[in-house]
Order: sequence, then structure tokens, then C-alpha cells
Amino acid sequence: MRALREAMSGIRRAPVLTLLSVMAIGLSVFSIGLFALTAHNIDVALSDVEGRVEVVAYLRDDASEEQIAIARHEIESFPEVESARYVSKVEALYEASRELTEFSDVYSDLEVNPLPASLEIRLEPDHRTPDDVEAVADRVSAYQFVEEARYGREWVDRIYSLRRVAGGAAAILGISFATGAALLIGIAVRMSVLARSREIAIMQTVGATDGYIRRPFLVEGLVTGLAGGLLALGLTWGSYEAVQRTLVSLAWLPVPWTAAGLAFAGILGMLAAGRAVRRELRRLDVH
Amino acid sequence: MVQLRSVTKSFGGSSAAVQDISFHLRKGEFAFLTGDSGAGKTTVLKLIHMLHRPTSGEVRVSRYSSSRIRRRDLPGLRRRVGYIFQDFRLLENLTAEENVAFALEVTGMPRAKIGPRVQKLLSQVGLAARAQAFPRELSGGEQQRVAVARALANEPLVLLADEPTGNLDERASAGVFGLFQKINASGTSVLMATHDAELIRRHRDVRVIELEQGRLVFDSAGETE
Ligand SMILES: Nc1ncnc2c1ncn2[C@@H]1O[C@H](COP(=O)(O)OP(=O)(O)O)[C@@H](O)[C@H]1O
Ligand SMILES: [Mg+2]
Repeated sequence: MRALREAMSGIRRAPVLTLLSVMAIGLSVFSIGLFALTAHNIDVALSDVEGRVEVVAYLRDDASEEQIAIARHEIESFPEVESARYVSKVEALYEASRELTEFSDVYSDLEVNPLPASLEIRLEPDHRTPDDVEAVADRVSAYQFVEEARYGREWVDRIYSLRRVAGGAAAILGISFATGAALLIGIAVRMSVLARSREIAIMQTVGATDGYIRRPFLVEGLVTGLAGGLLALGLTWGSYEAVQRTLVSLAWLPVPWTAAGLAFAGILGMLAAGRAVRRELRRLDVH
Repeated sequence: MVQLRSVTKSFGGSSAAVQDISFHLRKGEFAFLTGDSGAGKTTVLKLIHMLHRPTSGEVRVSRYSSSRIRRRDLPGLRRRVGYIFQDFRLLENLTAEENVAFALEVTGMPRAKIGPRVQKLLSQVGLAARAQAFPRELSGGEQQRVAVARALANEPLVLLADEPTGNLDERASAGVFGLFQKINASGTSVLMATHDAELIRRHRDVRVIELEQGRLVFDSAGETE
């Protein structure tokens, strides 16, 4: 209670500096928030894509029904594989004409069906990674009656690397803003300490522990940090809404992520304040 | 109890503020620390309170030693050494009783215990009636008493008072001195810095330690160990 009351008076004493600190923390966490939003939406998109990740093995026309049935069985017993569906030449043509209606006339006129039969292999959910997809495709290609095994590797890889780039950019931005924020909070807290140096000196002479003296300043840092976190949350939500309205529909961040962001901002504020006050206390005492 | 061994404190000037001082203040003892302005009295008190660290030599207070004490031990030491500043150092925005309670709150004493203890301390210094007054509403002597009550709050082994009668008229001065004698009678050692020659003359039975330009030039207890 005392700590909270004194933290508030510290904030009132230097409102501009406190505001700057809040803005710095806000920007820091905002850049992390933008990354989180990007990463989360990429994740959502990926899991969508991953749900469709499959290896398609195109079969040679001379493959016998028997060979295919045995191979299908073997492939389905791979640990990575969920199912393998046989699509005959006729079915392939039918599906193609249905999906690509503009060509349906062409297909019906064909005398020889040009489409190969295939096995559509779906992977188990926890094996839908670029590595496993490649491994399955390699094993399937080893069958002599398999003409070619295809999978969407490049595409999946590209999304993953996009995510890494976004992460790196956010980390650099986030760290530079966080450093600036820590410096500003440090200055604000140092000013609070100086404004109260007489009181602190008296506390020290009557035997107050550093912990007791530090508490109001830590609360001040925490409050500043949380305010910055809320600002970041607002900015992130604003960006989300703006993109949502004008470009594409997005998924909003999961609750634990936003909670973690707020907690991070609060802790950042508290650590910066703790560092500043520790240094000032050392300066004020024994010499 | 309080022991200085060849203590020198230099602030970087041409001569040390305190130079090669040794004395021993025993448990329950009362002593004047005297000398002209600038002789080093305040510096000696702050060395004992470990607000200053000796440049050389050693200060021992109870089980604490200036050469070994760690930062986290300072609060414990400060609670065993009551310090009354020359300028009282009361918090202006707190009442007399709040100023005293403050010294108990910082030690983490439960609130329920603080109230009765503060009342007891204030009546001990004869200020029970002025508990609700702010420092600016109190006379110099009364402010001094609040400072004394605060210094006594944590039952110190020794009380250090820096020119406690310096700003007081003779009557108030005698009152404060009487209060220190009463406190001393209950077992607390007292080291009182003063350059009030008259006060010292009136109390010939009290030990006198005299400083001159940072050096100890006289100790009526005759020991300079
Ligand atoms: N913090 C300090 N920094 C530099 N010089 C100091 C400091 N404190 C005291 N001194 C010097 O030390 C000497 C003794 O001062 P002090 O102990 O205050 O004397 P007294 O209390 O007997 O008047 C003086 O010359 C004073 O200027
Ligand atoms: Mg002095």
C-alpha cells in the first residue's frame, strides 16, 4: 500500500518522463506484438497448408493392379503415413474435369486418357514437416512403377523462412526499443530517487533494508511497464483492425500471448527501475 | 562495545578529517565528544554509524566491524546504533508519531505493535501530548525529542547525538541532557558530540573525549588503546 502510494507520487513528480518511458516500452512491445501477430497468422496458415500436405506418387501406366494394392499397403504402414488413396486414371480425369470446368470439353473429346493414376499419401499430423515429407517422397520414389513423387516442399520452406525473417526483424526492433525504454525508465526512477533522497537517507539511518527502500520504485517501474504494455496492446489491436478491414482477414493473438506481452512489459519496467535504484542507493550510502 | 582503532578518515583534502583516533566506549557508558567546529566530531559519529568507511583503521560496534561489514548488514547495525542528527532530519509531511512509527515500519514490525510502542516512546521523551503535531508546529527542543524517540525506537545499544543542544536555549538544553541521562541510566551507551564548554563544565563526572583538527588530544578515561 505504502509502496503503491509512493510509486504514484513518483509518477506525478515526473509526468513527462514517465510518459516517455511508457511510450518507449509501448513501442518496444508493439514491435514484438506485430511480429507475434505475423507469426501467429503464418502459423494458422501453415497448419492449414500442413493439413493438406501430401505426397502424390504418379504411377506408370504399366503398373498392375496387384502391384499397386501391395504398395498401397506397404506405404500405409510407414509410421509417417496416415493414409494412401488410389486414384485411377479414370478418376483422375473425372476430378480434373470437375475442378477445371473450362477444360471439360477437351477432356471428353480425348481418345486416350493422358492423366496418370496416382497414390495420394496423407501424412500423420505430427509428421507434416518438410523433412518427413521429403523422406516419404524419397521412399515412395524407390518403387519402380512410380514415375515421380511430388510434394509442396518449396512452398512450405518459403513460409518457414518468411517467418524467420519476420522474427529477426522484430527481435532487432524490439531489443532496440526495449533498451531505449530501459534507459528512460532508469532516468525517471533516478529522478524519483533524487527527489526523495532526503527521505531515503533517513530510512537508511533508521535501518531500513534496501529491499524496503526499493519497493516503491519497483512498483513505479511495474506500473510504467504495464502502462506501456497496454499501449502496445492497443497499437497491435489497431494494426490488426486496420489490416483486417483493408487487406486480409487475420486471426487475433491467443490470450496467453497477450498476457505474456503485458507481463514482459511489466517485468521490463521493474527490472529497469530496480537497476537504477540499486545504483542510486549505493551512491547515497557509505562512502 | 564501540571501539575505534587508529581510525583515519580522509575526504581527499590536504589533511584528514579524522586522524589516527582510538577510543573505546563501553556498554552503558556516557561520554562527551568535544572540540571546535571542524574538529571531526560529526565524522567520528558517522564512522560509528558506518555512514563513512574509515580510510584506515577499524571501527567496531558490537559484533560489526567496519573492515568486514557487508552492505546487507548495514540495516542491522543501524538499528543497534541510534543517531540523532544536528538538524534532526524529521520528515516534514509526517506528524511526530508518524516520524517515530516510520523507524519501526522500515524494520517490518507489524502495524498492531507499532502504535503502542510509539506512544510509549513519545511519553518517554515527554511528548505524548504533541503526538499529532507536525515538525513545523513544534519548538526546536520538541523536534529534538521526536528525533530522540525515533533514534530509540529500535532499542539501540548506543545512542549517538550530534550537537543535540546546539540550537536550544539553556532550559531546553538542560532538559534534553537530562533525557539522555535517563536513557543512559536504562543501559544504553550515549556518545554526545558538543562544543558546549559550559555543559561539560557542569557535568564533571562525565567522560570527555576531545578532538582538535581531527586528532584525539584528550580523553578523561585516560585510554587511547
Ligand atoms: N563529506 C565530507 N566531504 C569532505 N569533507 C568533509 C566531509 N565531512 C566533513 N568534512 C571535513 O572534515 C572536517 C571535520 O568535519 P566535521 O566532522 O563535520 O567536524 P565537526 O563536526 O567537529 O564540526 C572538516 O574540515 C570538514 O570540512
Ligand atoms: Mg559537526
